[in-house]
Amino acid sequence: MPVTPEPTGPVPPHPAPTRDAETPVLWARGVTVELGGRPVLAEADLTIARGEVVAVLGANGSGKSTLVRATIGLVPRRAGTVELFGTPLERFRDRSRLGYVPQRSSNAAGVPATVREVVLSGRLARRRLVGPARRADREAADRAIELVGLTELRRRPVTELSGGQHQRTLIARALATQPDLLVMDEPLAGVDAASGQALARTVEELVEAGTSVLLVEHDLGPLAPVVDRAVVIDHGRVAFDGPPDTAPSEHVHHHPHTGEPRRLEPLPHEGVL
Amino acid sequence: MLELLDYPFMRYALAAAVVTGLTAPAIGTFLVQRRLALLGDGIGHVALTGVALGLLTGTAPVLTAVIAATLGALAIELMRTYARTSGDVALAMLFYGGIAAGVMLINLAGDSAATLNSYLFGSIVTVSPDDLTVIAILGGIVLVVVLAATPQLFAVCQDEEHARVSGVPVRWYGILIAVLAAVTITVAMRTVGLLLVSALMVVPVAAAQQVARSFRATHLLAMGLGLLAAIVGVIASFEIDTQPGPTIVLTAMLCFAVLAAARGVMTLTGRWRRRPLELG
Repeated sequence: MPVTPEPTGPVPPHPAPTRDAETPVLWARGVTVELGGRPVLAEADLTIARGEVVAVLGANGSGKSTLVRATIGLVPRRAGTVELFGTPLERFRDRSRLGYVPQRSSNAAGVPATVREVVLSGRLARRRLVGPARRADREAADRAIELVGLTELRRRPVTELSGGQHQRTLIARALATQPDLLVMDEPLAGVDAASGQALARTVEELVEAGTSVLLVEHDLGPLAPVVDRAVVIDHGRVAFDGPPDTAPSEHVHHHPHTGEPRRLEPLPHEGVL
Repeated sequence: MLELLDYPFMRYALAAAVVTGLTAPAIGTFLVQRRLALLGDGIGHVALTGVALGLLTGTAPVLTAVIAATLGALAIELMRTYARTSGDVALAMLFYGGIAAGVMLINLAGDSAATLNSYLFGSIVTVSPDDLTVIAILGGIVLVVVLAATPQLFAVCQDEEHARVSGVPVRWYGILIAVLAAVTITVAMRTVGLLLVSALMVVPVAAAQQVARSFRATHLLAMGLGLLAAIVGVIASFEIDTQPGPTIVLTAMLCFAVLAAARGVMTLTGRWRRRPLELG
């Protein structure tokens, strides 16, 4: 998967690195979110370097999903700065560089659609506004389907698939756009062990091709070996940012208000804290 | 059978039925996909107020209906987007307000119950050449826009958040769907009537789903079934002297029943693959 060179835009007003190779694919500072007047996320920072696999972990309701959704513009921020590939989120138009796998919901659409139709819809950011899908679109969709191992099922309606197969369809849809950053919200939810292992292999292949991955999970499970860094969110704050094997897991939400949050590793590409 | 084409009103009615039968399921498929199957029903209620304003002011009811339906559709879409908590009740108020104001204004305009009836359930004798021109132009616009924007509409209706991350202006496409539905309702008003127009947007889609396995096949088959139901319904309503709206809708329901039965037989004989294939 080719990684297109980063276009150099105007220098951002924040001390983000500007050299192409070092420009983080995602750079978020002080992200604060309120939903219905209730604070959900307070001044969270998140940085992802090129080729890095970062997992955002946390208990239910900790704000981990909100952090990731805010960084791609699905949740409005009350404060904070987000840059994607060096461009402020508000001005980011190069949408084909971003692949998104939402949380799988049981609310299926009202009309059947095949695996291939759903995956092809992932090409929208690269397609012409009007006109049928071009050969490049169809080939990219087929490659993405092959990558997740669903080629034999590509003409099946997604409603006939198992949970793991459905999840792989959504991942293929995100990969069809040949993204430089793949964002996945709880990709292991309702997925069998074999699909979990397959996902870990897919992530490895993507990273080898230069893609960065940001994922939200309760528990890394089969993905643990491929994750470079874990960010733990607790009560809307970043409680840990460091190697996944030293990340606090079970106990973190039991003692949220005692002492300073643990911060074992300095954030890469960061200025003065 | 062919002698019914000797009547000019029948030719107009059949031409209107062709446009209606194609356009209603064309946009209806996206309403069903978006789980807004009843949206057409609501817009139809609001359009009645538009018809009444046309009758009251001596303007062509098709034009006032398309304006009222479009405004109603925009109001519904905005309420859906911005007022999620109270949206349900607000929608209900809009529907009832639309039909109450419509009936009252038609009474005030001095038109008969028969006039009201013809707008509510369709009438094959009232399609004028002028109406047909408006119907053909509006229907043609809806068909062209729906077919051209199908990839975007599919993405928005399938998964709104994914479409938004892909850079699709989701809110504008939501408004486009509502406006296309409103225009379609006005197109279908003369043939199936405002109270049953939603059925022609939904029933052919439900029927097509019984046998189609892809979105594209469902979409095209629904348009084919809509066309069949509209033509058969208009001819039957002439032959057995019934109102076209109920006749068309029952024909569509019959298509649904036949296809559902066919699917049942295929399932029983094992020709319908349903089991998920487990691949590694």
